[in-house]
Amino acid sequence: MSEATSNGPVLTQDGVPLKTSLAKALRREKLRAFLLIAPLLVFILITFVLPIGDMLWRSVENGIVRDTIPHTIESLADWDPASGETPGEATFAALHVDLLEATKEKTHTRLGSRLNYEISGASSMFRKTGRRVKKMKDENFKEQFIKVDKKWGDIEYWRTIKQFGPRYTGGYFLNALDAESTAGGVSFKPEDERIYLFLFQRTIFLSVSIMLSCLLLGYPIAFLLANLPVKTSNILMILVLLPFWTSLLVRTSAWKVLLQQQGVINDILVWVGLVNDAGRLVMINNQTGTIIAMTHILLPFMILPLFSVMKTISPTYVRAAKSMGANDWTAFWRVYFPQTIPGIGAGSILAFILSIGFYITPELVGGTSGIFISNRIAYHISSSLNWGLAAALGVMLLVMVIALFYVYDKIVGIDNVKLG
Amino acid sequence: MKMKNLLLATVGVAFASSAAIADDMTIVSWGGAYSASQNNAYHKPYMAKNPGVKIINDESSAEAVAKLRAMNEAGNVTWDVVDVVAADAMRLCDEGLAEVINPDTELAKAPDGTSAADDFGELLVSECFIPQIVYSTTFGYRTDKVSTPPTDICAVFDLQKYPGKRALEKRAINNVEWALLCDGVPKDQVYDVLSTPAGVDQALAKLGTIKDQVVWWSSGSETPQLLADGEVVMGSTYNGRLFALIEEQKQPVAMLWDAQVFDLDGWIIPKGLSPERLARAKDYIMFATDTQRLADQAKYISYGPARKSSAPLVGKHAELGIEMAPHMPTDPENAKNTFLYNYEWWADNRDDLDGKFQAWLAK
Amino acid sequence: MPATDDAFVRFSKVQKSYDGETLVVKDLNLDIAKGEFLTMLGPSGSGKTTCLMMLAGFEPATNGEIYLGDMSINNVPPHKRGIGMVFQNYALFPHMTVAENLAFPLQVRKVAKAEVETKVQRALDMVELGDFGSRRPAQLSGGQQQRVAVARALVFEPDLVLMDEPLGALDKQLREQMQYEIKHIHENLGVTIVYVTHDQTEALTMSDRVAVFNDGVIQQLSSPDHLYEDPQNSFVAQFIGENNKLNGEVIEISNDVCTVKITDGTILRADKMNVDAVGDGTTISLRPERVELDPAVEMDNMLEGKIEELIYLGDHIRVRMNVAGNSGFIAKVRNRGDRRIFAEGEVAKLGWSASDCKALDLVS
Repeated sequence: MSEATSNGPVLTQDGVPLKTSLAKALRREKLRAFLLIAPLLVFILITFVLPIGDMLWRSVENGIVRDTIPHTIESLADWDPASGETPGEATFAALHVDLLEATKEKTHTRLGSRLNYEISGASSMFRKTGRRVKKMKDENFKEQFIKVDKKWGDIEYWRTIKQFGPRYTGGYFLNALDAESTAGGVSFKPEDERIYLFLFQRTIFLSVSIMLSCLLLGYPIAFLLANLPVKTSNILMILVLLPFWTSLLVRTSAWKVLLQQQGVINDILVWVGLVNDAGRLVMINNQTGTIIAMTHILLPFMILPLFSVMKTISPTYVRAAKSMGANDWTAFWRVYFPQTIPGIGAGSILAFILSIGFYITPELVGGTSGIFISNRIAYHISSSLNWGLAAALGVMLLVMVIALFYVYDKIVGIDNVKLG
Repeated sequence: MKMKNLLLATVGVAFASSAAIADDMTIVSWGGAYSASQNNAYHKPYMAKNPGVKIINDESSAEAVAKLRAMNEAGNVTWDVVDVVAADAMRLCDEGLAEVINPDTELAKAPDGTSAADDFGELLVSECFIPQIVYSTTFGYRTDKVSTPPTDICAVFDLQKYPGKRALEKRAINNVEWALLCDGVPKDQVYDVLSTPAGVDQALAKLGTIKDQVVWWSSGSETPQLLADGEVVMGSTYNGRLFALIEEQKQPVAMLWDAQVFDLDGWIIPKGLSPERLARAKDYIMFATDTQRLADQAKYISYGPARKSSAPLVGKHAELGIEMAPHMPTDPENAKNTFLYNYEWWADNRDDLDGKFQAWLAK
Repeated sequence: MPATDDAFVRFSKVQKSYDGETLVVKDLNLDIAKGEFLTMLGPSGSGKTTCLMMLAGFEPATNGEIYLGDMSINNVPPHKRGIGMVFQNYALFPHMTVAENLAFPLQVRKVAKAEVETKVQRALDMVELGDFGSRRPAQLSGGQQQRVAVARALVFEPDLVLMDEPLGALDKQLREQMQYEIKHIHENLGVTIVYVTHDQTEALTMSDRVAVFNDGVIQQLSSPDHLYEDPQNSFVAQFIGENNKLNGEVIEISNDVCTVKITDGTILRADKMNVDAVGDGTTISLRPERVELDPAVEMDNMLEGKIEELIYLGDHIRVRMNVAGNSGFIAKVRNRGDRRIFAEGEVAKLGWSASDCKALDLVS
């Protein structure tokens, strides 16, 4: 029975395989550990995983067309937009049936709003038609529909209805990429309607600028904090955290008072004589304003990881470097700085990802040149109600962040990040 | 015996508290002076008349459309009555998120017996919408920063005569109409021109002449602040905000009523209420939109009552003691040149034009 | 300028204060010869590390001068002093490989690349880590890290190397091994080493001379054997090695020997060290291995004591006795085959010669 003689699984004294026995012994512990994290798991599931899943779903979901006018869609299956003819009488008859049903629940106007995102005028077309559909006679539907709204005789509207007939659509993503699907296939929108790619670009540019200015300002502060006696550094730390304790709106409004052309900073500059009264600096309602205000808000997110990393770097490293003949700069650059990279990585990721999703501050101080893609997402959520497009933009933002994360992992290595 | 009393008392308390919850009515509005005026003119008298009802104010009107849609999807509508602008009301009605109201049976008649439909007239722009006030989006200017007081909307586009920054709303609505008016398009052809791509380009080109002198606002409180700080020489906002700036804060600002754009603000009742709550919401609406109540609101804020029959009843400001009629956008002196905002047209073109406008703004 | 030529490092009237109120180092005067292995020994807070840091240049001296060679280095920044240093926790740069660590001091000196490689390899070979150049410090054991740290301090061939408790983090066995290695390196290279430790065994094993620090002052500066056998004061006697204390009063002084009456009235004779006058209180210090238990012949000092505890330690037996009212009196009996067997509770005679015990300043 000794281990040396048997090649099978190791057994306990009672003859049970050791692995089984171990698993049994650990099961209780595992269960307890699981119970401890269960509330968080449920919380994350409800507040994070489900909404993201919902967002992914909404960015392609398009059941409303098929659900509202099923017969019409069915009869459009045989219709070819390239024929240059509007659909025949049978399709209009099907539309009549569908709209009679839809007006009971008022879903026709909802469909009109949906299609209006794709083609202007769909909203009033369905609203108007809905009011008249009950009074229509049971013949010559095509003529009657076109009489109610001549847009029914426009092939473009029918093409759009057919195109968005399927239950799932890539249309929102096309929109989010400044593209559209026309009779000639997928192409970019006209120059004057492209905005999202441009905004994505600017969002990244501004976020990187904000991240860099956080790093530039935060690094020396974190260094100071990490090297001061605990008593002093605690007081300074409170000052660093102070922005967390004031409301976002209050802080942002304070920046307005400071930065506007008749504001405190300009007043001082004019008083000192650095600028003349006509040449007051424009520091708000543009990118400068956004960068200044958001750097202020995000600075603690850069300082805290840097501080926690710097705190663990013993001063003897720099001393050792100096004892070996390195001057102050070499000792810093070759010995101290490389050891702070995990903190820089963590702080930069935090600042960058937080800034990429900001929208209140850019809305208030960004004017037109300092707004982010999130401002458009917010607009489509709360104003235009085009949630599908908002979801598609959100998905693209998410994909972008994940891609950047991947690149970061490839270049710096994700295990080279220290958050605390 | 004791036990039984205790049980009864417990049940009683539980019942009373559930009844109290049932009698809470959440009314959503814009907050600030506007909510205060509604509180004085509508809520207080309604609660005095119905002692069981407790009105809870919610200040979410700015995002009411999105929130109502979310509530509706979640199947849990917690709002009873919602104050929205007409365009939002139309959107909510289209989306099936608001109840249809029958003006003949569900709104009060005028004191002289005129039907509500006639009393509101063409202001009933949507079948779900009960108008409350007429407000206008118009310009105010700094009297101390202009050599000659402007009288024409095109002063906004005249950088030579009126140098300095202007505040405009960060959206296409109103701005493109003003731009076309000042680019020589007759008032009655504005929307026809705007319906063509060339018309949109024309409007944006006109706006482009002042683009780098514009501070774009997104909240109605911004322009009064910008005017007060001297950041802009003129700016558009809601007339009530300018009234407060001029009459209450005594700032050196005056109104440029020319080409003011009328808009409506009013009530909707969300879809998805229980029958009891729906009945109570309708009862409130019937009360709050009668002739006297609408006239009363004008005592607190300078917006015109939506009923024709309320106009003669408008009196003095409750605190300042000044006659309110001359400060109403509907006052004949102010309404010499007004612009009619086309709801139907904007409902169709808003998504498209807004995309173009934002693209134009961003570049 | 230093007066003598053979001093390579010289502390002259050096004082150090951090707060402007108390002195951490009080009037330090110390000459270190070229090629010497000098250890600064003392309890924590005694000022030894501060002295080392002043020499390295990381702490400025509050007063006085420090000379290296013929030059005052008070105003020379650390990186220009050319002093190698081994730190308490090695301070190996974690983001560099072992070879990069070693190359660092050469690179900052702009040594040619090929030469860097040969020197690094030679230094690694010296500490028997020739194959470890491409590893990271974290992949090495404590002892290996220690050797890398030593190699790094020596690779740029400094004349002076400072070591700040370099073996403190190692376990006992490794520590002893490293003591010999460092000693051998010192002998082979002939560098001057200033070594700081609070471990007296380490100090005695390795040093040419030991400076015992306490309270910011050098209590004694001498070779290890002198330090052990001729402690100049009670602090040194007690800090170095094991030590029996007997308190009493000087009743007679003649030449270098004084007569002391200890607390129970017994008269003892002891070497006079730092007692001045008849009537002074004194503490007699005596090493446990110099006590003869049940001596065959009459000795200078003879007493009786009750054996309270016997501890068998292999090479010797440790006997705790009550002698003259001091129940912590220790005697060590060599474990010889013919030794007498004692029992606990037994009253035994004990004795020692006068030159084995020292009359020092009184400690209670």
